[in-house]
Amino acid sequence: MSNKAFAAVAFVVALALAAASQLITNEYFFTAGYTVLLFVILATAWNILGGYTGYVNFGSAAFFAIGAYTTVALYNAFHAPLPVAIVSGTLVAGLAGLGLGYLTLRLRGVFFAIASLALAVVLYVFVVNWDFVGGARGAYILQPREVPFGMPRYIHLIYSVQLLMAAFALVVARAVEHSTLGRGLAAIRDDELAAECSGVPTLRLKIFSAMMSCALMGMAGTTFPYYLSYVEPSSAFSLSYAVNSIAMPLIGGMMSWIGPLIGAVLLGTVQQLVQVTVSSAWNLLIVGALLVLFVTLAPNGIMGWVEAWRRRKGH
Amino acid sequence: MEVSTALLVNAIIAGLLLGGFYAAVSVGVSISFGMLDVVNIAHPAFIILGSYIAYIVNDRFGFDPIVVSLVLSPLFFLLGMALYRIYYLCFEKRGQESLRGLAFFFGILFITEVALVLIFGVDYRMVSTRYGDVTWRAGEIDFPMRLVVPFLVSVAMVIGVQLVLTHTFFGRAVLAVAQDQLALRLMGVNPVRVKELAFGLSIATAGVAGAFLIVIQPVEPAIGRHYIGLAFAVCVLGGMGSIWGTLLGAFVLGIAESFTSTFFGPSWAPAVSFGLLLATLAFKPSGLLGR
Repeated sequence: MSNKAFAAVAFVVALALAAASQLITNEYFFTAGYTVLLFVILATAWNILGGYTGYVNFGSAAFFAIGAYTTVALYNAFHAPLPVAIVSGTLVAGLAGLGLGYLTLRLRGVFFAIASLALAVVLYVFVVNWDFVGGARGAYILQPREVPFGMPRYIHLIYSVQLLMAAFALVVARAVEHSTLGRGLAAIRDDELAAECSGVPTLRLKIFSAMMSCALMGMAGTTFPYYLSYVEPSSAFSLSYAVNSIAMPLIGGMMSWIGPLIGAVLLGTVQQLVQVTVSSAWNLLIVGALLVLFVTLAPNGIMGWVEAWRRRKGH
Repeated sequence: MEVSTALLVNAIIAGLLLGGFYAAVSVGVSISFGMLDVVNIAHPAFIILGSYIAYIVNDRFGFDPIVVSLVLSPLFFLLGMALYRIYYLCFEKRGQESLRGLAFFFGILFITEVALVLIFGVDYRMVSTRYGDVTWRAGEIDFPMRLVVPFLVSVAMVIGVQLVLTHTFFGRAVLAVAQDQLALRLMGVNPVRVKELAFGLSIATAGVAGAFLIVIQPVEPAIGRHYIGLAFAVCVLGGMGSIWGTLLGAFVLGIAESFTSTFFGPSWAPAVSFGLLLATLAFKPSGLLGR
């Protein structure tokens, strides 16, 4: 399938799902659905750098929070409408990714990983001290009273927007994978030195994929303040975003765009169920345990099993 | 704002005392990351584990947390050896340490934190010691004992690690692993065994650093993650694999943080380590005393 055809299919599916969901009357479906879709975007975005290139980003929460706090800042400054916030948040997070990548991607991969982790701590400190966006107290955002497209509540709109953004993230990830860029990234993942010697502009490709990955994470965060109409630093910078966006691609499979999608839908749904039936602390423990189990025992994730099963059937 | 000499001297003294503690936090990372090339970002999880064990024993029996941690350090040593064994079998042997190994340690960090939350809750825990509330005063300069005692034991521990590394057969083998594993193999030494023991030593220092931490301040499970950036910043700033560099880097960071707290407010202090880390990576990746 060509990239254009895939994009068309993805957006049509997203629109159809959004339209069909409007028939559901249970409000909880939209809250849970929003969270799962948020993880779909984060996992897909993480995989563009982590899965395709092999550079680990521990700072997903930081880029997510950049998106969320761009929305808050624009709202406080001149009540910017949601589309403006989405575009700006994506751009700001992309620039942050570009800066971090420019400084650390020329060194060994582990330095990028550590710097991304530390970036989350520093941005947290920065936001806590920044009174304009509410500081440690957090900030309130009023959901518009009028919901467009005749939807009954604002969460319906946020959910539908999140669906479209998830489709967009998947389209970007697949386009990267099936392009010269994607082949360059795969070469970096397999052997960076050999890639460099064969004329792959490794640094430029790495920085570019870091920028795209971080921009998409920021995009996922832009709707977050509207979701609960309240945002505070420790929920926006929650470590669970960082863990989930690593665990989901690893559990689903990192080699193609479909792995993070499977991982996010599966793990995201399980977490919603556990959160409701048991508790949110247990839910985090389960994610951590699954991450460690998969990474030690099934390093290629669910898609790795599927591949192995296909190969066995073929012979 | 007028800066008095007393304020300045107090900031320097506080920074040095804090730096001594940071050296204990970072020396283990300096061994595992700097020498063994094992990127153990779960190191702070073992520090917090050490804090909680010191807390339990102190709470039940009233023993001094630092003495407890020193007595129990062999347990942490064994824990570290076991962890390295798993890491070696699952990642290093298969050549997957760069991405999956990192994710593995991240998972361990996360599991430890959540497990501690489930057992103890998110309340701050503290210990009672005989020196906790004592402060020596020399003129206008304060020496709070809750910082001085960890400082002294910590510096002694770091110097001890350096002496072990340079003056024993095992220590020299660790330094050799850092330089050339193949050559070590040719000498008939098993590098995996050496790395296993060295990683045990690294985790043992984390357990002791945990006791220092809970003497210095109340502890809750999530504060561990603030020490990840810090430990790696000290390690990189000092120069990879150099114990003296780690000590120097820890003092530099301690003083930088203390000045930031004094002149810009304590809420900005956690940003200092990241700033130093980024600056080092951008301008002098080999660090202060790096090879």
